[in-house]
Amino acid sequence: MTAGAARYGGVAIALHWTTAALVVGGFALGLYMTGLDFSPARLEYFAWHKWIGITVFVVAAARLAWRAAVPPPPLPDGVPPWQRHAATAVHRLLYALLLAIPVSGWLYSSATGVSVVYLGAVPLPNLIGKDREVARWLLLLHQSLNFTLAVAVTVHVAAALRHRLVARDGVLERMLPWRR
Amino acid sequence: MRILHPFVPSLAVLLLAATGAAAQGVLVERSEIRFVSKQLGATVEGRFRKWKASVDFRPQDLARSRADFEIDLASIDLASEESEAEVRRPVWFDTARFPQATFRSSALKDLGADRYEIAGRLTLKGATRDIVIPVQLRRDAAGLSVAEGQFTLRRLDFGVGSGPWSDPAVVADDVLVRVRMVLPRAG
Repeated sequence: MTAGAARYGGVAIALHWTTAALVVGGFALGLYMTGLDFSPARLEYFAWHKWIGITVFVVAAARLAWRAAVPPPPLPDGVPPWQRHAATAVHRLLYALLLAIPVSGWLYSSATGVSVVYLGAVPLPNLIGKDREVARWLLLLHQSLNFTLAVAVTVHVAAALRHRLVARDGVLERMLPWRR
Repeated sequence: MRILHPFVPSLAVLLLAATGAAAQGVLVERSEIRFVSKQLGATVEGRFRKWKASVDFRPQDLARSRADFEIDLASIDLASEESEAEVRRPVWFDTARFPQATFRSSALKDLGADRYEIAGRLTLKGATRDIVIPVQLRRDAAGLSVAEGQFTLRRLDFGVGSGPWSDPAVVADDVLVRVRMVLPRAG
């Protein structure tokens, strides 16, 4: 790796990997739970899925605030301009999705007439009234945004691995929770 | 007026005919029978799309007044088509065996200030319980009489949601039923 590549701070790293775990968990749970027959367990999974989503939203908002206060370390000099632009575009898309997907899920739940109680303790208001047709569209939106996220995350991970394995420029190491 | 369920579809009509009371309909398009259930603490809203009401409301003659309802349980409007299919199954409403819920009023009481109490029998999924529904009467902008009432139904009293669904921590025992009936002008 390139010597002296500045690392992200501890808070940024912790929030990044928290997001990664929540997104992978929430996405997998979403795929799994919707294929199940009705059962009390299925209801629990839906509740957890919603809690994960709300948490993702809050963490994403916190990360944006943190970035504004503590800007990310600059990329190493050797990273070509097209990669810098691509990185910025993908990061913006990721943040947009991390905020939009939970909201689309909350809207969908509201449109089905089912409220969200965060962590089983904090009742959130329904954002819109119950409406079957609106719910159908919101579900499609929620799914489409999630598959967009899956693609964006794949690009994000592939780029990080390329920095590590091909370019060997220390970009991935900036975000690893341990120092090398 | 108000309220809920169970069967014996034509009995109410026969009774009305027998007593000589003129069964009065309600303005179905403006009226509704809704409910709010709780799943793991979250509210779940629903309503019934199809129901019939026979209302004969005489403020000056409550003894001859009545409010009878017949609800098509399979017409339930829930979160999704799959959840609607679920609650038609035997563990919930068992609509194949018990297609309707009926409510038959037995007594109306004037509480003053346009508030009334309707006592009656609710039959749902083969079980019958006495219930009392408090009702508030008011006039809407068009000058029509609107009766609004709500009561709490305990689903487990009627065996709605059995087996794995009988745990009230998952699906609450209490279901809040809200009825809004708009009476025709003649009423």
